Amino acid sequence: MNADIIVVGGGVVGTALAYGFARQGLSVLVLDGEDGDMRAARANFGLVWVQGKGAKAPAYHDLTRQSANLWPTFLQELEGCVETRIDYARPGGLFYCLSDHEYEARDALNKRMHNQAEYADTRMVDRRELERMMPAVTFGSEVVGASYCLADGHANPLQLLAALQQAITALGSKLLFRSTVGSIRPEKTGFTVHATSGSFRAPKVVVAAGLATPLLTEPLGFTIPLRSERGQLLVTERLAPILPYPASGLRQTADGTVMIGATKEEATDRGVTVASATKLALRATRIIPALSAARLVRQWSGFRVMPPDGSPIYAQSERYPGLFAAACHSGVTLAAAHAAIVAPAMIAGRLSRDLAAFSNGRFDVQKCA
Amino acid sequence: MFKSVLERPGVPPDMMVLVNGVETPAWDGETVASVLLRVPDAGRRSPISGTLRLPYCQMGVCFECLAIVDGIASTQGCLVPVQPGMRIESQRGPREISR
Amino acid sequence: MSYDVAIIGAGPAGMSAAVRLRALGAAVIVIDEQPAPGGQIFRGIERNAASPVFPALGEDYAKGCALVAAFRASGAEYLPSTQVWQIEDGWNLFLTTERKARHITARAVLLANGAQERPVPFPGWTLPNVMTVGAAQILLKSGGMLPEGRIWIAGAGPLPLLYATQLLNLGGRIAGYLDTATTPKLSALARLPGAWREFGNLAKGLRWLRDVRRSGMMIKGFSDLRAEGEERLEHLTWEAAGKRHRVEADVLLVHEGVVPRIHETLALRCEHIWNEEQGYLAPKLDRWGQTSRKDLFVAGDAGGIGGWMAATVSGEIAALGIAGQLGIAANPDDLRQAAHLDQRRARALALRPFLDALYPPPRTRLADDVIACRCEEVTAGAIRSAARNSPADPSAVKAATRCGMGPCQGRQCGYTVQALLAEVHGLPIGDVSFFHIRPPLKPITLGEIASLEHAEGAA
Ligand SMILES: Cc1cc2nc3c(=O)[nH]c(=O)nc-3n(C[C@H](O)[C@H](O)[C@H](O)COP(=O)(O)OP(=O)(O)OC[C@H]3O[C@@H](n4cnc5c(N)ncnc54)[C@H](O)[C@@H]3O)c2cc1C
Ligand code: FES
Repeated sequence: MNADIIVVGGGVVGTALAYGFARQGLSVLVLDGEDGDMRAARANFGLVWVQGKGAKAPAYHDLTRQSANLWPTFLQELEGCVETRIDYARPGGLFYCLSDHEYEARDALNKRMHNQAEYADTRMVDRRELERMMPAVTFGSEVVGASYCLADGHANPLQLLAALQQAITALGSKLLFRSTVGSIRPEKTGFTVHATSGSFRAPKVVVAAGLATPLLTEPLGFTIPLRSERGQLLVTERLAPILPYPASGLRQTADGTVMIGATKEEATDRGVTVASATKLALRATRIIPALSAARLVRQWSGFRVMPPDGSPIYAQSERYPGLFAAACHSGVTLAAAHAAIVAPAMIAGRLSRDLAAFSNGRFDVQKCA
Repeated sequence: MFKSVLERPGVPPDMMVLVNGVETPAWDGETVASVLLRVPDAGRRSPISGTLRLPYCQMGVCFECLAIVDGIASTQGCLVPVQPGMRIESQRGPREISR
Repeated sequence: MSYDVAIIGAGPAGMSAAVRLRALGAAVIVIDEQPAPGGQIFRGIERNAASPVFPALGEDYAKGCALVAAFRASGAEYLPSTQVWQIEDGWNLFLTTERKARHITARAVLLANGAQERPVPFPGWTLPNVMTVGAAQILLKSGGMLPEGRIWIAGAGPLPLLYATQLLNLGGRIAGYLDTATTPKLSALARLPGAWREFGNLAKGLRWLRDVRRSGMMIKGFSDLRAEGEERLEHLTWEAAGKRHRVEADVLLVHEGVVPRIHETLALRCEHIWNEEQGYLAPKLDRWGQTSRKDLFVAGDAGGIGGWMAATVSGEIAALGIAGQLGIAANPDDLRQAAHLDQRRARALALRPFLDALYPPPRTRLADDVIACRCEEVTAGAIRSAARNSPADPSAVKAATRCGMGPCQGRQCGYTVQALLAEVHGLPIGDVSFFHIRPPLKPITLGEIASLEHAEGAA
C-alpha cells in the first residue's frame, strides 16, 4: 500500500479533507491534475459565508454555520504548521439591496430562514444605518439598505490553498502534482488508482476532483450528479481601505484590491466577456459610485461545482465501501468543516450517520418521488 | 536628474505644469513621466513597501509612472503628454478613492 | 463602427501595413496608445523634425519622416492616445480614448504592437534613477531630455551603443559603460558572412563602439552588479578580478535586448514558439504573418525581433496577406513578388542571426533577495519557495505569491518566473509555460467598462 488513504484532487476540498486525515495521523497521498484543469479553488471569491446559504436545506445551513464558527480555530491550527499566513476577517457580511423590492425579498428570506433555525445574527439594516457602518463611502442613490449577518467573513482563498497544500507535506503526507487520475480499480482489499504519474494503492480512496468527480466514480456505479456553472470575476488595483465589510459580490481584500463577482452562466468554455465585465462593473458602481475610478486589473472565470440541489455531496460507495466522493460549492466556507467534521466522519465510518443529509442517495429518493 | 536640451537661459519654457502644487516648467512633447524625473521626490510610493519609485520603461509596460493627473489616479504618466496647467500629483501608497 | 482591418500599433509595421491596405482600398483603423505615430523607433518624429535634437538622433531616425507622412496621407482612420483593452472573437475590439470606452468591429486584426525591453532583474533595479536605456532614449525623443550627473550604462546590444552616441552628440557625458556582452563566440562569427552584405550596418556598430570608448570608462568581465542607495541610486558596485568595485552614480541605464510584446497574442490563445537563443516567446506565424487563429495577423517586432526595417516589410506582407484573405486583393502573391518584399526582408534581417548569437540573454542565477515582481515586490527567493511547493506552472506561483497580479500584469516578471520555475524543477526554460494572460489588456477603470452598457454598439 502507498498510503492509508488516497485523495484524488488537490483543490480546496481535496486538500482540506487530506489535511483532516493527516491530522488524524493517517498517511495520505493527494493526486492533483494538470496545470490547465478547471480549478475553482484558484478562481473563487473568498467569502466565508453564512447568510442565505441553504435557504431550503437546513442541514446545509447548519453545516455552513458550523464551518464558519470552526474557521478561527481551523486557521490557527493550519497556520501553526506552515509558513504561509492567511488573510481572514469576520466582521460580518452584507447583502446590498438596490430597490425596495430587493430589500423586501431579502427581508422575507431572512425571516423564512429564521423560522427554520433560531439564529438571531442576521438582520436588515436600512440606508441610514449602512451609512453609519461605512462612513468612508457614499452609497449610490439606489441603495436602500442591506441584509447584515454577523456570522459572515472572508479569507484569501489562494493563501488558503497554498497553506493546505504545504500542511499536507508538513504533516508527513504527500501531494503529487500533474498526476491526473484516469481510473480507480477496486481490488480484493482496497483500491488501485491509476494516474499519469504511476499507479498507487490504498485501502481507502476519496474522489474530490471537482467537476471531474463523476468521470471517476460513474464507471464504478457510484453516481455523483454535478453541473458546472461559469462565474466571471473582476479584481481592481490595490486601494486604500474603503470597504470594512465583505458583501456578496463585492469585497475588499486585505491587500486592498476590490473583488467584484460573480456571474452565473451556463457556458462551458473558460472565456470571459466584456458584456459580463460591464454588468459586474455596473452593479458595483451603482452600489458605490466612487469605484468607477478604480482600475480593473484582471478578469477571469471559474466553474462552480454544483450538485443539483446546491447542497454538498459526501458519499460512500455502497458497492465498494472505502470509496468516497466529496463535491460541493463553497469549498472555502466549508474548508473548516471538511477538515474537522467530514474527514473524521469518513475515517470513522460515521458518514451515513452524521452527515446523512449529504449522501448521494438523496437524489435517488427524489427520482422515485 | 534630467534636463531638456531645449532649456536655455533667458528662453521661457513651453509651458508650466503643477507638480504636487509647485509650478514646474515643461516642454512640448514630453510626458508626465518625464516631468516626474525632474522634480525631487515626485515619484510614486509602492503600495506594498512604501518605497519611492520612478518611471522605469517609458513605454507603458512597467507601471512605475503611475500618478494622479488632473485628478485621475493611477494614470500611466508615460502615455500622457503634458498640457499647460496640468495638475500632477504623486501617488503615495495604495490609492485613495474619493467619496 | 466597423472596418475591414483594425491595426494595433502605429510603428513601422502598423504604418506600412496601413499604407498598403489603404492603397488596395480597404477600410482601415489604426489604434495606438502613443499620442503620435512612429512607434518606438520614430517616436515624436513629426514634432522633432524642427528640433535641435533631430540631427543627433541619427540617419535611421530621419528615415521615418517619409513613412509617417505616407501614413498620414493614406486615409486610414487613426486613433492616437487610445488603448485596446480587450479583443473578442469576431473581431470585437474594445478601446479607451481619454477615459471614454467604446467598441468597434473589424473583419481582420493586425497586431503591430512591437517590442518591449527585456526585463532583467538585479539587486537595486527598483531604485529611483535606475531605468532602461530605451526609456532614456524615449525621453530624448519626446522632450529632448538628457540625463545629468554621473551617467552609467550597463548592458549589451546595439541600443546602448546607439543611445550613448546620441547622448554624446548632444554634448552629454557618460561616466562609465558596464558591458555585459560576453566575448563573441565562434558560433556568432560563423553567422557573419551573410551579414557582410549589410556592411553599412556593421560599420555603424563599430563607429558607435569607438565613440563610447572615447567618452568614459569601459568595463568588461564583471559580475554581480548592484545598484545601491537609500531612497534613490547613489552608487554601483560590482565584482571583477576577485575584487569588489564601487563608484558613485546618479543615473544607471540598463538594457539587455528587446522581446516581442506577447500579452495580446497570449490572451487570444495563439500558438507561440519559444526562441531558445534569444529567450523569448513569439507567436507562430505563417508566411503572411497570420497567427494560428484565422484573420488575426502579427507584423513587426511583435512577431519576433527584427528591427524597424524588417518591421516595415513585414507590415506590407501582412497587409497583402489580409487583403488576399478578405478578398480585397486577388493576387497577393504577385504583389508580394512585384514589391520584392522577400528580398527586402532578407536584407533587413541579414545581420540578425549574428546579433542574436552575439547578444544572448543573460542567464545568471538570481540571488534570493532580488525583487522579481516590481509591482507586488515578490523576491526571487519567494518565487523559488513557491515553485518548490507547486508544479512547474506559473499560474500556481502567481496564485501563491501574487507575482504577476499587479498593474503591469506580468509584463515585467513573466520571463523571470518562467526561468525560476525551470531552475527549481530542472527543466529547460522553453518547457515551462508563460503566465496565463487575462483581460483586460490594459487596466481601464470600472467606470469606463460600466459605461459600455449604454454605449453605441455595446456588445
Ligand atoms: C527602446 C527601443 C529602442 C530601439 N532602437 C532601435 C534602433 O535604434 N534601431 C532599430 O533598428 N531598431 C530599434 N529598436 C527596435 C525597433 O524599435 C523596432 O524594430 C520597431 O519599432 C518595430 O516596429 P513595430 O511597428 O513592430 O513596433 P513599434 O514601433 O514598437 O510600434 C508599436 C506601437 O503599438 C502601440 N501599442 C502597443 N500595445 C497597444 C495597445 N494595446 N493599444 C494601443 N496601442 C498599443 C505602441 O504604443 C507602439 O506605438 C528599438 C526598440 C526599442 C524597444
Ligand atoms: S514608465 Fe513604465 S509604464 Fe510608464
